[in-house]
Amino acid sequence: MTWSEMQPLLEQACWDTLYMVGWSTVIAVVGGLPLGLLLVLTDKGGLLQNVVVNKVIGQVVNVARSMPFIILMVALMTFTRWITGTTIGREAAIVPLAVGAIPFFARLVEMSVREVDGGLVEAVQSMGGSTWKVVRSVLVPEALPSLISGTTTTIVALIGYSAMAGTVGAGGLGDVAVRYGYQRFETGMMWITVAILAVVISLLQFAGDFAARTLHRRTGRTSGLLLFRPLRGIFPGTVATDAVKKS
Amino acid sequence: MITTSGLTKVYRSRGREVTALDGVDLHVREGEVYGVIGQSGAGKSSLIRCVNLLERPTSGTVTVAGQDLTALAGRGPRAGKELRRARSRIGMVFQHFNLLSSRTVQDNIELPLEILGRSGRDRSRKALELLDLVGLADKAKAYPAQLSGGQKQRVGIARALAGDPKVLLSDEATSALDPETTRSILQLLRDLNRQLGLTVLLITHEMDVVKSICDSAALMEKGRIVESGTVSELLATPGSELAAALFPVGGEATGADRTVLDVTFHGEAATQPVISQLSRTYNIDISILGAAIDTVGGLQVGRMRIELPGRYEDNVVPVGFLREQGLQIDVVGQEGQEPVLVKDGAK
Ligand SMILES: Nc1ncnc2c1ncn2[C@@H]1O[C@H](COP(=O)(O)OP(=O)(O)O)[C@@H](O)[C@H]1O
Ligand SMILES: [Mg+2]
Repeated sequence: MTWSEMQPLLEQACWDTLYMVGWSTVIAVVGGLPLGLLLVLTDKGGLLQNVVVNKVIGQVVNVARSMPFIILMVALMTFTRWITGTTIGREAAIVPLAVGAIPFFARLVEMSVREVDGGLVEAVQSMGGSTWKVVRSVLVPEALPSLISGTTTTIVALIGYSAMAGTVGAGGLGDVAVRYGYQRFETGMMWITVAILAVVISLLQFAGDFAARTLHRRTGRTSGLLLFRPLRGIFPGTVATDAVKKS
Repeated sequence: MITTSGLTKVYRSRGREVTALDGVDLHVREGEVYGVIGQSGAGKSSLIRCVNLLERPTSGTVTVAGQDLTALAGRGPRAGKELRRARSRIGMVFQHFNLLSSRTVQDNIELPLEILGRSGRDRSRKALELLDLVGLADKAKAYPAQLSGGQKQRVGIARALAGDPKVLLSDEATSALDPETTRSILQLLRDLNRQLGLTVLLITHEMDVVKSICDSAALMEKGRIVESGTVSELLATPGSELAAALFPVGGEATGADRTVLDVTFHGEAATQPVISQLSRTYNIDISILGAAIDTVGGLQVGRMRIELPGRYEDNVVPVGFLREQGLQIDVVGQEGQEPVLVKDGAK
């Protein structure tokens, strides 16, 4: 295979990965942020204490998060067809990716928000602030550096999951690596894919850590969540178990 | 201005019950600085947190500025609109400042005004005015992490005042600060109390705080208020633990068969040469074991520990003479042990 043959394939694969990961990240953040907040707020002693809601959400999140992605993908096929009208292609892959990433991100949000000093919540309450005001002006902004780190971790995990989505014809870099590198023994193609992934993930980690650190520097705090984690996204298992351990 | 009656707070956790407040009746008058002092674990924080209902009292009522807050509380743990509005009229400052690290100093001060729904221009005008008042006009754009402890507490105070409250609650506001900074923060609170007619309820484990700015004080032990009153009332109460702690004098008797007296002078009595009169009138030798003059709650008070020869029974007449002069006499070692207020770390 020559470079001129590989180039259009790789280009398309990059766009497909970006498309899938981009949209599922957006959905994961939009869905996971409120869910994570709810996990904290409804917990015992929380502002919206509700044991039943807390237990239910907690259990759903736990189960969904530990479900192997490939099984989630198959199990969700009916749901995916209902939403996108198809079960193959990039759009179809976004559904299981997002469903898998929402609980993943929700747990990270929960961890970040729990680290916010309860005294700040109390201060806003003492001013007559509502729960919504506490969320908007304390919980989210004070957890922001940590939430950014969590988003980076989620994107990296999604890149890993998206490789598996190739099996339903979603395309992307993982798909190219499997089809050409593994099935047709095009070693060159495989290594290029690996290199692209490595660069993308490293840049992502760098940007995420930089953003989080900049915010931290301003606010004068540091956090153990900010470790440089290159390359892990290629092996989704690593990222997933890592996050489990942290929680 | 602030009245609690029969205030009780019981914490229940894992089947264990802790009675943090055990029937507290507190009365803080308008425009005064009221100090609650007690050891760590006495229930001081629980008390102040019950005043704005951050903590729901188990029983009893809290009235602030004529409004019964306990009636506004409702059932659930969430604060309803009415209670939140009442809270916005009560400022609170904290031991660890509780400033939002994600906001600048100015934005921190604007926070209560956002809650009150004020316009952007209004908010920034008020914030800058308050920064000026607390002497931090140049720090508007700084982040809390860039400030010293004393500066952070000034911001905390400015923030507490943003909604023009009539009442300020302070939970160990100076306990995380060094003595120098403590003094300047207390001075600021005192000035605000005078300038704005602000009623201040403050909690502390440091007697110096009460001594330097309080008009009234209460001593808390095991969830109860065991002594309370204006500082001058307390100093005039024989055997008052608070008075002894506020204004300690030392000195041991030099031998047996001596009478040791603590003489407390207030106001004009302090200026009269009573001791030399006593000595001349009864022709007795008086030794001074210890003495101090101090300003407590803005009042000049002197205390002296003197020793007269002979037992108490032999000195009834001189003691009577001193009392006639309007002096407060406590006979040391007569009514059992000298009470000691142990100072302990804040919680
Ligand atoms: N949220 C809580 N849950 C259980 N016990 C508490 C809680 N807050 C305070 N207490 C207990 O109540 C008592 C009084 O505490 P506190 O009001 O903080 O005292 P102080 O401020 O005088 O140190 C202590 O024994 C403390 O352990
Ligand atoms: Mg306390």
